[in-house]
Amino acid sequence: MIRPHRTHALWLAFILHRLSGIGLALFLPVHFYMLSLALTDPDQLDGFLAFTDLLLVKCAEFGLVFLLAVHMFGGLRLMALEFLPWSPRQKSYAATAVALAFFVSTGFFLQAV
Amino acid sequence: MLTLRLYFAQRLTALIMAPLTLGHLAVMIYAVQGGLSVAEILARTQGSVAWFLFYGGFVVAVAVHAAIGLRVVVSEWLGVRGIALSVFSLVVLATLLLLGGRAVWAVTFAGGGL
Amino acid sequence: MDKTEAFLDVSIWREQNGDGHFETYQVPRRANQTILDVVAWVQQQADPTLSYRFACRVGMCGSCAMMVNGAPRWTCRTHVLKVAEGASLEIAPLRNLPVIKDLVVDMDPFFDKWVAADAVFAPSQTRDDPMAPITPDDTMRIAADDAIECINCAVCYAACDVVAANPDYLGPAALNRSWSLVNDSRDAGQAERLQAVSAVGGCHNCHSQQGCAKFCPNELNPTLSISGLKRATAKSLLRWGR
Repeated sequence: MIRPHRTHALWLAFILHRLSGIGLALFLPVHFYMLSLALTDPDQLDGFLAFTDLLLVKCAEFGLVFLLAVHMFGGLRLMALEFLPWSPRQKSYAATAVALAFFVSTGFFLQAV
Repeated sequence: MLTLRLYFAQRLTALIMAPLTLGHLAVMIYAVQGGLSVAEILARTQGSVAWFLFYGGFVVAVAVHAAIGLRVVVSEWLGVRGIALSVFSLVVLATLLLLGGRAVWAVTFAGGGL
Repeated sequence: MDKTEAFLDVSIWREQNGDGHFETYQVPRRANQTILDVVAWVQQQADPTLSYRFACRVGMCGSCAMMVNGAPRWTCRTHVLKVAEGASLEIAPLRNLPVIKDLVVDMDPFFDKWVAADAVFAPSQTRDDPMAPITPDDTMRIAADDAIECINCAVCYAACDVVAANPDYLGPAALNRSWSLVNDSRDAGQAERLQAVSAVGGCHNCHSQQGCAKFCPNELNPTLSISGLKRATAKSLLRWGR
């Protein structure tokens, strides 16, 4: 019935933080399960790690590293907003958080391929 | 959905994880060079108290942080409230603690077989 | 918008007894026309049964806020020229509040939350005591400056996604008022106030999206006030180990 506003930068920062958080929370159980294979079935884990050499999988890993980095930098921005003296430049900081996350995850990708 | 105590736990675990995440990112970028293998991972972590504390602390913090974060998401987006919401948060917390704890144990101190 | 267009296509939300729909009207364009002028024209010239709320018409009373093309606005100070998309306008009741009829919403939940947030002055002295001296350069007085000048129009409340998602959330306006009182050195109810804004629907639910600040007609920033409350309550938690 009533269209809410959905365009301003800090709403986008919010949705990015939320979706990256959900993505990481869903990934973690898989991540943990895979690591515990080192104990229960090392051969299967080695087989999986060989599978991660595929370029497509590297791209997915790039995505995961980006989610982690953007959730961390975005979260640091929020905590700075809450606990440090107020700054009106939140849009710039949000953009910086995304840029840093790209920088880190691209760094990972270049080392991975 | 967030009271002061939950908020505080959420921010505290976030602060703890900030340096841990940076460390984890650095390790990933270092370790991924030349591909990964079980032997390589275990050579780094097996028997190391430092890695056990690093990743053990990480698991505890992330379990608390994710349980509170997902609690807010399911309450705001799916309308879950009351007891169901508390049960959901505790299940997330327990699952991540259990799986994460097992993973950390597997790569640090578990010598042979469970 | 096209200034040569002689008429505006205006969709107005009509609702009675919970049954609502948009109805369209052709409204003649005028120079310096506000959204409230458009609504008033419809009520006076097209359909006298249209209900809406206004009082001062000069941006002081906070009664005329509505959703205009999907965004909350104080309609008496919002020019058609600034917000119309082409020649079309969509005018609806404020988001996040129950509709009574047409463009009139029930403001009770909004003001009930001011009380729930303990956004009410608790005097520490009586009228017989001498006036409390507060100098303009007092740091608390300066902090309170950021939060005053609210006209209770509920634009921020309508803009807030957390209010939409969580019916218990006290909302930007009430919390903003609480923050101005936290900075009032004459107030005697601070511990109770910090308790009130820490409850289930309290300040800690804010996600700092700043929709409130984006739309506040008086350019206040409730997110700033709410982050102040988060700090104050976190400090109190450390102090009392509550």
